[in-house]
Order: sequence, then structure tokens, then C-alpha cells
Amino acid sequence: MMEIKHTALAGTLESSDIQFTLSKGTGVEVNLDSQVEKQFGNQIRKVITDLLAAYDIKDVTVRAVDKGALDCTIKARLIAAIQRATDTKNQPNWEVLG
Amino acid sequence: MERLRRTMMFVPGNNPAMIKDAGIYGADSIMFDLEDSVALTEKDTARMLVFEALQNVDYGKSELVVRINGLDTEMGRADIFAMVKAGVQVIRLPKTEDAQDVIDTEKVIEEAEKFFGIEVGRTHMMAAIESAGGVLNAPAIAKASDRLIGIALGAEDYVTMMKTRRYPDGAELAFARNMILHGARAAGIAAFDTVYSDVDNTDGFNHEVEIIHELGFDGKSVINPRQIPLVNAIYAPTEKEIRNAKDVLNAIEEAHKKGSGVISLRGKMVDKPVVARAERTMALAKASNLVDEDGNIYAK
Repeated sequence: MMEIKHTALAGTLESSDIQFTLSKGTGVEVNLDSQVEKQFGNQIRKVITDLLAAYDIKDVTVRAVDKGALDCTIKARLIAAIQRATDTKNQPNWEVLG
Repeated sequence: MERLRRTMMFVPGNNPAMIKDAGIYGADSIMFDLEDSVALTEKDTARMLVFEALQNVDYGKSELVVRINGLDTEMGRADIFAMVKAGVQVIRLPKTEDAQDVIDTEKVIEEAEKFFGIEVGRTHMMAAIESAGGVLNAPAIAKASDRLIGIALGAEDYVTMMKTRRYPDGAELAFARNMILHGARAAGIAAFDTVYSDVDNTDGFNHEVEIIHELGFDGKSVINPRQIPLVNAIYAPTEKEIRNAKDVLNAIEEAHKKGSGVISLRGKMVDKPVVARAERTMALAKASNLVDEDGNIYAK
């Protein structure tokens, strides 16, 4: 199991981007604020929870502010936030990213 | 036939909107930048953004290039591993000083290919030359690896080092451009010119593209999509050049049928270099949408 060591942020509030804040939590909690919540909210949540599961992160609070990001941007920003929260910025986990 | 590289569009590696749209402008090459356009605090996020985009966004026929951070930084190695894994076509080295820089980078690329079980040699390289020392070493840099597809001039750092600045006539870059061009041609690879940063100065940009087109550069680095059609227009052959190229190719085909390699067309000798120029003219004409697949000129 991978542990969130400290609160970390990745991404911006610019158009086509998404900003993630990860912090320590109990269980997985995802708070999503998206312009396209009605149409894509569930899909965005699935991208987030799938990736957290791939990293084996079981205790985390996720705050996501979406500005119309593509799925690949959502993944990229969440990966970056996870790497920051787990102190692995320059050591990507290739098993998960493969 | 060698691929055309008239335009290499720079895209900042930490800008999702620009990365998403980079494929729609018809650049021959797209260069995602992890280096100077990305703040030091965002190097890790840019790396993952480009990593994901390369694997998920459709960039059509554009050649995909990533400018990494140098191996002398803490990011360089992770950049290479991520881009090799993502399947980038070309890794661009910044600030190349000598052949050893290319050799060192190639070693890490090979290590990454082996680590990920990717065919060794699949990832190509290009080297940006941005200093006086790099310019003087251009011929050796260009021959430093079989993976190199080209070398490029990066003028901003170079002119500062040379105690000058950019001028409209390009005299300050004449030596560097010629060194890089000769280094590239002697090695049989492409030569790319530097960016022109005054995006609103169309006349100045066109003048600079005319200079490098005349010298023989493969193409120019562009920082704004608006510059792409301007470069393409200058690189597009004229109708007269296309007709002449077609005549040359038809004539040489006839000659080959007769078992000869040299012929004369309208009193001028047609040999290998003339044929090579004609082939490039037709490739440019096709890329410029001036002729159909068979080389017939479109009616206007």
C-alpha cells in the first residue's frame, strides 16, 4: 500500500487543465468540482479512482477542480500529484505507468 | 524519400490547452518542451503531461519531438525514461556542446529502451546547438550518433554569448548557420533554423525564412501556429519549378528504360543531383497541396 506523506498539489485552473490537491485521509474520498459534472462527472471520478487503485493508495482525500481537461490530462495531473505526495517526483512508478 | 521538416512547432510542455491542439496546425514536426519554457517547479508535472499526451492524443502525420532537460540536471534522466516509454520519435538535446553530450544521452536512451523492452535504436535524436563551442563542434556533433536526424541552431543563448543580438539581416548568425548546415549535410541529416520570437512582425519573419531557405535549411523552428503557413509558402515550389521537376523525372525514367543514367533535357545535363532536387521539389509540391499524388498540378 502506498501512503500519502504530505499534502500535494498539481495542475492549474486554466482552461483544459485540472487541479488536484491530495491530502491524508481515511479511505478514498473524491471531491470533484467540474464544469462538465453532469455529462462527465462519473467518468472523471472513474479515471481518478482507477488510478488511485493502480497506485494502491487506500487512504487519501482528493480535491479536483476541473476546467475541461482531457482524460489524459486528468491522469497526468493526478500522477504528478501522487508523485509529489509520495516524494517520488523524479522516480515514476513504471509498473503502474506501463 | 526523406521526410519534410519545414516547420518544427514549439509547444510548452506544461500547457494542456496548447498540447491538446498542437496537432491541428499541420506542422511537419511538433516539439514539446520540457526545458526552458517550463518553470523549475513544474518540471515533474510537465513530464507527466507530455508522457500522457504522446500516448493518447492524435497528432496526425506530424513527427513528435520532445526537448528534454540536460543530463547535467536532476530531471534529465527521468525525462528520457518517460519519453522513451511514451514512444516519442525524437528526443532533442538542449545546449549541445560536443559529441560527448550526444554519446552520453544516447547511452541513457539505450538503457531506457532495454529497461522497457523496446527495440534498441527506435528512439531518434536531434541536437540543439546554442553556444560558440557548440557551433565550432557542429560537424562532430552531427556525426556523433546514428540516431541523429538533425541538428538545430538555438540563437538566443548564442547571440548573447557572442556579445551581440538578433539583427534583421541575420549577419550575426551567418557563421553559425553555415557551420550547422555544413555539419548536418556532411553527416546526411537535417538542419533546423532558430525561432523568430517577434510573432507580429510578419515581414521580418518572412525575410528570415527566405534567408534560411536560400542557404538550404530543411526548415525553421516556429513558436506560433501563425508562422507555419508563412514558412510553407516560402518553401513551396513555383509552378515553373514543378513543371521542370516533372520533366526531369520523366526524362530520367525514359533514360533508365534505355539503360542510361545521364541524359540531357533542353540542352542541360540531367544527372543524379538534378534528379535529387527534382524529387525534393515534387515532395514539397505535394506537401504544399500544389499537385496530386501523381504530380499533376491542380488547376487554380
